[in-house]
Amino acid sequence: MKILTGNDLKTGAVVWWTGQDWSLHVEDAVDVGDQADTILAREEAARRVNASYAIDAERDADGGVRPAHIKDRIRALGPTVRPDLTLKPADPDAGNWVI
Amino acid sequence: MYRYDHYDQAMVDARVEEFRDQTRRRLEGKLTEDQFKPLRLQNGLYLQLHAYMLRVAVPYGTLNSAQMHVLADIADKYDRGYGHFTTRQNIQYNWIRLEDAPDILADLATVEMHAIQTSGNCIRNISSDQYAGATADELVDPRPYAELLRQWSSFHPEFLTLPRKFKICVIASETDRAAMKLHDIGIRIVRNEAGELGAAFYAGGGMGRTPMIAPCIREFVPLDQLITYSEACLRVYNRYGRRDNKYKARIKILVHELGKDEYARQVEEEFAHLQTQGIEPPIAELERIKTYFADPPFEAGLPDDLDRSDPDFAVWLDRNTHPHKQPGYAIAVISLKPVGGIPGDASAAQIHLMADLAKEYSFDELRVTHAQNIVLPHVRKADLHALWRRLEEAGLATPNLDRIGDIIACPGLDYCSLANARSIPVAQKISKRFAETGKDEELGELKLKISGCINACGHHHAGHIGILGVDKKGTENYQLLLGGCEGDDTSLGKITGPGFDEDGIVNAVEKATDVYLARREEGERFLDTYRRIGMEPFKEALYG
Repeated sequence: MKILTGNDLKTGAVVWWTGQDWSLHVEDAVDVGDQADTILAREEAARRVNASYAIDAERDADGGVRPAHIKDRIRALGPTVRPDLTLKPADPDAGNWVI
Repeated sequence: MYRYDHYDQAMVDARVEEFRDQTRRRLEGKLTEDQFKPLRLQNGLYLQLHAYMLRVAVPYGTLNSAQMHVLADIADKYDRGYGHFTTRQNIQYNWIRLEDAPDILADLATVEMHAIQTSGNCIRNISSDQYAGATADELVDPRPYAELLRQWSSFHPEFLTLPRKFKICVIASETDRAAMKLHDIGIRIVRNEAGELGAAFYAGGGMGRTPMIAPCIREFVPLDQLITYSEACLRVYNRYGRRDNKYKARIKILVHELGKDEYARQVEEEFAHLQTQGIEPPIAELERIKTYFADPPFEAGLPDDLDRSDPDFAVWLDRNTHPHKQPGYAIAVISLKPVGGIPGDASAAQIHLMADLAKEYSFDELRVTHAQNIVLPHVRKADLHALWRRLEEAGLATPNLDRIGDIIACPGLDYCSLANARSIPVAQKISKRFAETGKDEELGELKLKISGCINACGHHHAGHIGILGVDKKGTENYQLLLGGCEGDDTSLGKITGPGFDEDGIVNAVEKATDVYLARREEGERFLDTYRRIGMEPFKEALYG
């Protein structure tokens, strides 16, 4: 699947395209098919996202979304060396998802 | 240390307001990202993996406690409670909001700090010896010359759009503690046979994808021509450095392709021309700057005796202090490399504490080292034990300076958008492995440096053991290098062979150190043994 990501203009936070808006959570990302360029151009122009791009991803067995490249998995979770600063600070195994 | 005059402060204040306006226009949609990006980068604001990252300049690594407190306050107020000290003697914050950036710059300006020229193709923060002004082995304090260069290079209109970034280092001792020959220009203050002070210029060094050791292009430049000669070096580079290929745009490529002699000849030609233009600042300006770097009021007649009865303190003393030029004083190094910790990171509380300790024990002065540690340059020996106790309580007394646990590591793929692999987890695993096995005790001096990509922010080329993270078909892979060195006998590490995965590289480092322990001769460091026996025994252990 193709999903869209970027950074929030004001905060710099990593965000994912949900089909209608941008979410902090990669599991909210939707497959945009061949619409990536159109959506990104519109959203960048509206200043809803910054430095956006399309990436390959796949659905986990449990329905979650897993970016194909480790860099985007780290973006999705947070720094593996600071679990307390990730989106899942209470999950000690969250880092395994990245690797 | 140097204090801003009216012009310095006015320039920095004006830049804050300019950036505030630029940021407002970006947030209102009046500037596109393409228009705004070069403006934010000129103010040290990058967009990294998780957020904006702000890199704050620490000129030649020197800070006072008020500045250090503001750095801690920024970590608390605008970031997530910590900062990362870098290999350019700067500090970075990883979780900055764009809308806060102008306020942060305004806070920095209140203590004569900024983030100008910490990014972009300009002359970056001037680096220097972290022991400058304190060590017993220097000719003079190099920082007045670094400050003069800072003033010359700040907003220099001719050098704000160089072919690539440009890094200058100034030292004034025989011992190079600042990787001087691995800079675009390295300057060593020297004395000639007539007893006059001058500057030896080294040009075309650097790490990155094409590491080069800078050759000496002039052995003596009179100090009253320091700026003119520097300008000549930059002009030749600015004129002929490649702009068609960013990977070949650094001065090292120009010096290499022209040859050192031809580059030096062209610089001499430009130098002769510039000497007719009267661009050198009056020597009175240098003298004015020097007054800011006068010695603090050291007490005379202090004893050099130390009570070494506490064995843990004695170990820290032996490893983390350095001789001072003033009897009764020592230079103390605070390791930001706790076992299993993140190299260079310090919490806001730790930064505040180091500021307090500088005020209390070190004439209000601190230094950031390129090895990502903090120095208290002027500590009375009689105060060392009390200082150590305070550091120990805060987890800042790890006695590992220049040992295998004192790892330089770039932020790597955990934070950096350029990285191909994570650096920090590898550093943590190595640090833990050697602490757990106790081998760190046996190894002595061993400088290990890790970069998460070929840009070499972690100085892997200059590590006795270097590690380079690469992307191998979407997975992290780590190459091992041996034999690098950043000091007087600068050398570049050589790759051992095929790379390793994350656990494999930790094992490989241990195997390499086992070869050293088995083969070393009396008094040899890891580097010495490697240079004596060569790569083959290590390759045999790693791949045989």
